[in-house]
Amino acid sequence: MATIELRQVEKRFGDLQAVKPMDLTIHDGEFVVLLGPSGCGKTTTLRMISGLETVTGGTILLDGRNVTWLHPSERDIAFVFQFFALYPHMTVRQNIAFPLQAQGESHEAIEKRVDEVVELLEIGHLLDMRPGKLSGGDQQRVALARALVRRPAAFLMDEPLGALDADFRETMRAEIKRLHIVQNATTVYVTHDQVEAMAMADRIVVMSEAEIQQVGTPAEVYHKPANLFVARFIGSPGMNLVRGHYADGVVHMPGADNHYSVPPDWRRVLDETFGGEGEVIVGFRPEAAIVSDEGTLAGQVYASDLHGAYTMLHVNMNEHDIIHIRSDRLVLHPIGTPVRFDINPEMVRFFDPRTEKAISREVGQ
Amino acid sequence: MASFVETGPQAPVTEAIRVDKVSPRSRLTRTVRALIVIIVTFIGLIPVFVMGITAFKSRADVVAVPPKLVFKPTLEGFVYLLTERAVLTQDRLAEAQAHIDELNWMQRIALENGQEITGPSDYVFRLKNSAIIAGVSTIVSVGLGLLAAYAFSRFDVPGKGDLLFFILSTRMLPAVVVTIPLFLMYRQLKLHDTHLGMILLYTVFNLSLSVWLLKGFIDEIPREYEEAALVDGYTRLQAFFKIVLPQALTGVAATTVFSLIFAWNEYAFALMLTSERARTAPPSIATMLGRGGIEWSAIAAGSLGFLIPVVIVTFALRRYLLRGVTFGAIRQ
Repeated sequence: MATIELRQVEKRFGDLQAVKPMDLTIHDGEFVVLLGPSGCGKTTTLRMISGLETVTGGTILLDGRNVTWLHPSERDIAFVFQFFALYPHMTVRQNIAFPLQAQGESHEAIEKRVDEVVELLEIGHLLDMRPGKLSGGDQQRVALARALVRRPAAFLMDEPLGALDADFRETMRAEIKRLHIVQNATTVYVTHDQVEAMAMADRIVVMSEAEIQQVGTPAEVYHKPANLFVARFIGSPGMNLVRGHYADGVVHMPGADNHYSVPPDWRRVLDETFGGEGEVIVGFRPEAAIVSDEGTLAGQVYASDLHGAYTMLHVNMNEHDIIHIRSDRLVLHPIGTPVRFDINPEMVRFFDPRTEKAISREVGQ
Repeated sequence: MASFVETGPQAPVTEAIRVDKVSPRSRLTRTVRALIVIIVTFIGLIPVFVMGITAFKSRADVVAVPPKLVFKPTLEGFVYLLTERAVLTQDRLAEAQAHIDELNWMQRIALENGQEITGPSDYVFRLKNSAIIAGVSTIVSVGLGLLAAYAFSRFDVPGKGDLLFFILSTRMLPAVVVTIPLFLMYRQLKLHDTHLGMILLYTVFNLSLSVWLLKGFIDEIPREYEEAALVDGYTRLQAFFKIVLPQALTGVAATTVFSLIFAWNEYAFALMLTSERARTAPPSIATMLGRGGIEWSAIAAGSLGFLIPVVIVTFALRRYLLRGVTFGAIRQ
């Protein structure tokens, strides 16, 4: 297996900067998800790693070997496409054997290896069928088998679940994760679905506007978003972001008497950042808000959706600021009624509206 | 039937029945449509039918007025078409009749008209020329067209649009307009009346068709297939032959038929640019009109025989053609 290293890799199409110079190291056996909205450059990055797209600048190392200008066939990587790209004129068996034939292996060796992979993915009954006759999930399994068969140094997957039905995605997601654990293969996985990214990744690379916004574990990206984009993009709904005025340890939020007392350990940091007072954005996840009659913050219920295990309250703090609160499903909050809440001091985050970046508690940042 | 629409199915529905296929009005439209197709087909086939029966008529039956629909079929026309004959004198005729058992069927037919066969006619030779020229030029133009179409479809060829238009523009002038410059050029280059000259000409003429047609087909094959092959360890060329080509077969078949039909049927260039060695069949059928009275049955036999290869190829590739003509050809 392999380490993939990108050094100042960039891609330009004419005047359009598709990927701004980026550095990224993907460790041996790691499952890294490139996550971002469409057009953010994540697929282009993946294609540059595979060699299907040439780089405009920078260096790509595979296990220390410079592969920047190597042909895709010389990189020893496997690519799983969104629409599977199974060769329609070949049977499933021929499809799976195809990469091995390129290496000129003996007939017996190919047969043996195909059988191993087929057993791993439990697709033995499909071998003599044409891809066109298979269901989406089975096509996906065959595509995975074709990628696995060669034991490549790394797997690159471009939205491999995007073409599947919603209820089937969950099954295949687990299956890909299981394969990754069994094979322990370095995997780079592209998706725009943050749920998928959270569920599968060892590390998530959040991309937007052709550059990396944050690299971190799913928990880091979720709880400690590096900037406003990540805070909004991760989670459904995203993080609540309420703008207010900070002064003397209190954030004055919109609404008549919404004065939020900043937790003591944040106070010094905010004082330093703003030099006493300034505009700040308070961020908290829907589950970080705690509804209680003694809550210091107030709003009006704008809408409430029952999600089965919990209720999502949409609370209007004033005309424009609607925040989401995850509340007990058993307590009813009729529309229009006032509601009071607190923010869990462990889970509150602050952002500087001037830089759109998160304010960090850690010293030296 | 109306009751079906109102009450719904009375028994389990085992196959889908679309209401528009059940309603009496649409059934009437279908009948009318089928009738029109039959009539048009019938009108279209009359010349072929007349040609067909004329080929099997004797010299007397051909010129009979009104035309005979019932007659004694003979292969006279084919014998006249394929052989050179000489008229026999009285004593040689008697001699030949004495040895009639030793003659083959062609010689016997000639003998009935008091002639003996002296050798194959020019037509046999020219049919062979037609086959060589049409066959080679079709293979070359489809082969080159396929590679060019692939390049235009997949790569950022500089000036792609202009090049494609230039290729198309070679087809814009009618043949008659370019024959004279071509004639002069070919004389200079010593390509006049050579197989090579005709093959080159037909190849170039067909290339525009094959590039455009095949580009449409290749555009429809998703790039991912080749990309998958590339990362699976194949070179671009291997990916082309193993992945793209098998999927483009429909287009290749359709293009082959169109190219072959053009090269096989072409008349104007062949008439101007060939005389003896490389003359193809179409102009030589026409010249038969002029020699010693019009041999209608021979002309009909020649035309009929000339149609057959095209029919065979089209029929052999018909599976691809229906899809081929509607797909690809329409795009862009």
